[in-house]
Amino acid sequence: MNELTSRHVGKRVRRVEDPALLRGAGRFVGDIEPPGTLHAAFVRSPYAHALINAIDVAAAAEMPGVIAVLTAVDLAKVLTTLRMPLGFPTTTLPPDITPFVLTPEEVCYVGEAVAMVLATSRYTAEDGAGAVLVDYEPLPVLADCRDALVAGSPKVRREAVDNVLCQFKVGYGDCEGVLATAPHVFKERLHQHRGGAHPIEGRGVVASFDRQEGTLSVWSSTQMAHELQFTVAEMLGIQEQSVRVVAPDVGGGFGAKFLVYPEEIAIAAASRLHGCTVKWIEDRAEHFVSAIQERDQHWDVEIGVDDDGMILGVRGRMIHDQGAYTPQGINCAYNAATAVTGPYVVPNYELDVYVAQTNKVFTIPVRGAGYPEGTFVMERLLDRVARELQIDRALLRTRNLIPADQMPYVKPLKNRAGHPITLDSGDYLACQSKVLEVIDYAGFAARKALAREQGRHIGIGLAHGIKGTGRGPFESASVKIAPSGRITVSTGAMAMGQGLETALAQIAAEALGASIESIDVVSGDTAAISMGIGGFASRQTITAGSSVLLAARAVSDKALKVASQMLEVAASDLVLRDGKVEVQGIPEMSVPLGKIARLLRGIPGYDLPDGVGAGLEATIHWEPDAMAYANTFHACEVEVDVETGGVHLLRYVAMQDCGRLVNPLIVEGQIHGGIVHGIGNALFEYMRYDENAQPLSTTFADYLLPTSTEIPPLELLFMESPTTSNPLGVKGVGEVGTLPVTSAIASAVDDALSEYGVRIAAVPIDPVRIVEQIEGRQYR
Amino acid sequence: MSSSTVSVGRTLTLSVNDKTYETTVESRTTLADCLRNQLGLTGTHLGCEHGVCGACTVLIDGRTARGCLMLAAQAEGCAITTVEGLSPTGELQPLQQAFWDCHGLQCGFCTPGILLTLTELMRDDPQADEKAVRLALSGHLCRCTGYQNIVAAALSAVEQLRETS
Amino acid sequence: MKPSPFLLHIPQTLPKALDLLANLENCRVIAGGQSLMPMLNMRLAAPDNLVDLNRIGELGYIRDEGDEITIGAMTRQRDIEYSDLIAQRLPLMKEAILQVGHRQTRNRGTLGGSLCHLDPSAEMPTVMMAMGAKLVVQSVRGSRILAMSEFAEGMMTTALLPDEVLAQIRLRPWAPAHGSCFVEFARRHGDFAVASAAAMFELDRNRRIVRVSLTLGGVAATPWRVVDAEAALVGQSDDTGFTQAADAAQRCDALDDPAFPSWYRQRLAGKLLRRAMDCAYRRAQANQGKT
Repeated sequence: MNELTSRHVGKRVRRVEDPALLRGAGRFVGDIEPPGTLHAAFVRSPYAHALINAIDVAAAAEMPGVIAVLTAVDLAKVLTTLRMPLGFPTTTLPPDITPFVLTPEEVCYVGEAVAMVLATSRYTAEDGAGAVLVDYEPLPVLADCRDALVAGSPKVRREAVDNVLCQFKVGYGDCEGVLATAPHVFKERLHQHRGGAHPIEGRGVVASFDRQEGTLSVWSSTQMAHELQFTVAEMLGIQEQSVRVVAPDVGGGFGAKFLVYPEEIAIAAASRLHGCTVKWIEDRAEHFVSAIQERDQHWDVEIGVDDDGMILGVRGRMIHDQGAYTPQGINCAYNAATAVTGPYVVPNYELDVYVAQTNKVFTIPVRGAGYPEGTFVMERLLDRVARELQIDRALLRTRNLIPADQMPYVKPLKNRAGHPITLDSGDYLACQSKVLEVIDYAGFAARKALAREQGRHIGIGLAHGIKGTGRGPFESASVKIAPSGRITVSTGAMAMGQGLETALAQIAAEALGASIESIDVVSGDTAAISMGIGGFASRQTITAGSSVLLAARAVSDKALKVASQMLEVAASDLVLRDGKVEVQGIPEMSVPLGKIARLLRGIPGYDLPDGVGAGLEATIHWEPDAMAYANTFHACEVEVDVETGGVHLLRYVAMQDCGRLVNPLIVEGQIHGGIVHGIGNALFEYMRYDENAQPLSTTFADYLLPTSTEIPPLELLFMESPTTSNPLGVKGVGEVGTLPVTSAIASAVDDALSEYGVRIAAVPIDPVRIVEQIEGRQYR
Repeated sequence: MSSSTVSVGRTLTLSVNDKTYETTVESRTTLADCLRNQLGLTGTHLGCEHGVCGACTVLIDGRTARGCLMLAAQAEGCAITTVEGLSPTGELQPLQQAFWDCHGLQCGFCTPGILLTLTELMRDDPQADEKAVRLALSGHLCRCTGYQNIVAAALSAVEQLRETS
Repeated sequence: MKPSPFLLHIPQTLPKALDLLANLENCRVIAGGQSLMPMLNMRLAAPDNLVDLNRIGELGYIRDEGDEITIGAMTRQRDIEYSDLIAQRLPLMKEAILQVGHRQTRNRGTLGGSLCHLDPSAEMPTVMMAMGAKLVVQSVRGSRILAMSEFAEGMMTTALLPDEVLAQIRLRPWAPAHGSCFVEFARRHGDFAVASAAAMFELDRNRRIVRVSLTLGGVAATPWRVVDAEAALVGQSDDTGFTQAADAAQRCDALDDPAFPSWYRQRLAGKLLRRAMDCAYRRAQANQGKT
């Protein structure tokens, strides 16, 4: 895009999405309700593991307003299979591991749906759900994923061959040899905790089956419209083109909506069965027990270093909590395992991974997707080395970081697509140095001493993070100019609040010399474009953005060729400007793009202009060859109340290198949100279960999301190391902010409490455990 | 509930955004549901239905309240303001404009409630500083923005208000 | 998350409300609704009848009655927050009310509602216990006055009978020269406290402690006056006894739950009480001579 003078890309463009949302005129799935809509409520298991002996629906079915009560038996009539397909059917995993649309015989986590009630309102649907009598026979429960490795532990599902879903190794080199002779070896036992995604809008789906047409319209708050279309069609045994999925305004995703859920199929099936519109809007209580979670991992790791703290090798074992079913694959565990070495030169690495099943709701990626866990492990190990060898934490990192002059740096590890992990660009040390300068790292010892004199305990923490962004296999975009002159960009990428439409409009406007106002972006509608992958892995500006750029260029080339014939001027003397093709330097000689579009629509019986084909439009499915690695370095100051264990953030500085910034305003917003998500993981968000896998923190009063009063102003810095892995030179920004937050805060808390020898080995950081450690109590 | 309880519809007259609505709801219908389902004012969103997230916040006689923690019937006789009432002509008001300029929203789901809280704050405390803004916002959950640009938008709107008054 | 069916009754007067309560089955009273409505939405409460007190204007007031300040049970937390009378005469209450929930919940939440819900961690019951509030309770059978210590029977359990309504709270302000302090530890601003402490001191001309109140919230099932420690401090002329008082608080029989074990709550009780005492004592010293 360098040949273009930048009018739109790189600018702080206000978002095109905002005016409607600010007037309350957004259209979310909950706002969609055709006349005659039936409302659904699910009957969910109160047990983490039980057999279903009987379901008595009689009382519920007779309640006023209740239209039907459906169980697995009923839905089976319109489904090709009761079992959800595996989302990523690539790895070799055992059969029969995915969840059921409605479970027929056995419940395997609290919240699993066993029946659904259709009624005239959600109120009456809940009345009905409360009246469905299910006879459960409780079975032994597997609550702690570490128990999955113990022979004879209760089976997570009766059908499960083993509670360990799979076991794999990641690594390279000779860890055993190196660690046997390393001058220093330090071991850590670390835990990162399962939390929820918690977009403020929960899940929701409306399905409307048209009996006459045999078509199904589905509105869903999803991060993957095309996959939902495909899955609905497969499971209902109808043609894909008979199913239209629309994701209207999506009130946040963060991973929770990157899955085709059993409920979506159940609602579609109920609509087909009853030939009417059926609506289900998840409430928060349901989100707590039936939307995906992520991050419970137990790590036993050791690091070998020389006297200077140079890393010789890292090895260990990780147990990943998969939950009761595997709807997608083992991507979280794999990402975490391959993320450990991060921005560092690690000559030898070896990790044994156990993907362990438990009687808890299943896990798939939440913002960060395994990378925060891997990052936490490496950064905690480095802090340990720094402490033991009395090397400054920043200096230790400096010694081990991959130097900028070694970019691109190929790691002897493969990403889950099987490609070598190649860090494409970035200057990690420069990022670190700048942040430490801004936060006055050098002056911190004096600040700490002064605070201590006042009886306060402050600490500084720091951490790096890198993330592969822009996963393939492709993303779709079509650019089309109408005879009216309006430009439509359609994409399979999914808007869910990030500002995708604005970013894509900027890219198209730049390439077409058009105004942003002349462009309409359509995302999340399977009728607008035939294929698409969706929103995950910080990928959309990279993949959809590249497709938009290339499609817009193709359209631009066409327009130039046609205009050249119309104006009888060489194409090389023409430019696109303000919706017209004009002769360079003679703006009065021009053709509006709309007029070219009209010509290319074709006039019956007459020829098209030479050599361009029909339609002023192009569709591109750009495929990345490699991921773009975004990097970040965070430093923060905290104050710890040693009497209560309370941790208070004083200052937070973060440097991002996300390559070229399409819209700095939007990028900053993404980083802010990512950091605060990380702060939640570091200090607040704890999804508590008891020993029977009964979830205890099922309200926003118990499960604490970060609030405005707990967050200091975030100071952001940017570096722009463009990547050559995509034509825009951009890297993903959605998740990278989250990665090092738990590590940086843990590092700061350790520092604040260094005189007590407190070490944070688990997040979220629990005030009770801080006091426990300060008082030398037994660590639970 | 005992079998004796019947869900009787009750007819209400509600004043929302200076407009009078007549509607029939059950006793148990919450104000938020009534606004959304009976009156079609879907700008009021439901994020938790237990009074914590603040997405359903509306003004009752000029004061913020959770729409999910009130019954529709309790709002009779009150002047209710929802997000739709903030820009009756469709033109963005200074607070909304500041949100647009400062990128104070992302998915926009929590935004309506937050706009009403800040409307109240700016009226009651025209000198509101960052601390006051963060305190007022602490009754809302936003998962997208980390609050930073919401605070920035609010302070920008306060500043504008000060300049114009 | 929608309430189960009920009939809503909206009386305009207290006698009418009492009448309804005397005659209706499975009935709940709703005040500001900031605690009961979530329970209704989650179907943790499922009454057949709901009696709404919000239209009973006679229950909303803050009055200076000389030795006493009387507050109507339906007085909004917001009105307490902005009351000059409360700020001047009941500074402990003013300090605590700012930590009750959020602007949006204080606008609607009421003093009476908070006391009747009686969450062990809630701020207002702790203040009432600290100040020895008297609660006026009414029914068709008449009215009775309960001390806060009698009213707060147990974990979220009051002495109210099914046909009774809390109508009024009577508080006796301390001498203008007293010092008070309310501190709490909550995970986030506006959350229910994990534990809280209220301390009040009145000193004589020789800086001797002549009156003291020490109360812990969130530690026991109901707010707990540390009576022994109070008695030990009376007559002392410096803060040397505070350590012992904090130790006494730390020996309390504390609530235990998966998030906050009892030993931790005990620890908080001691530390927070110490902070509240130090601060209240400083304030009492600063206020000496104030009339």
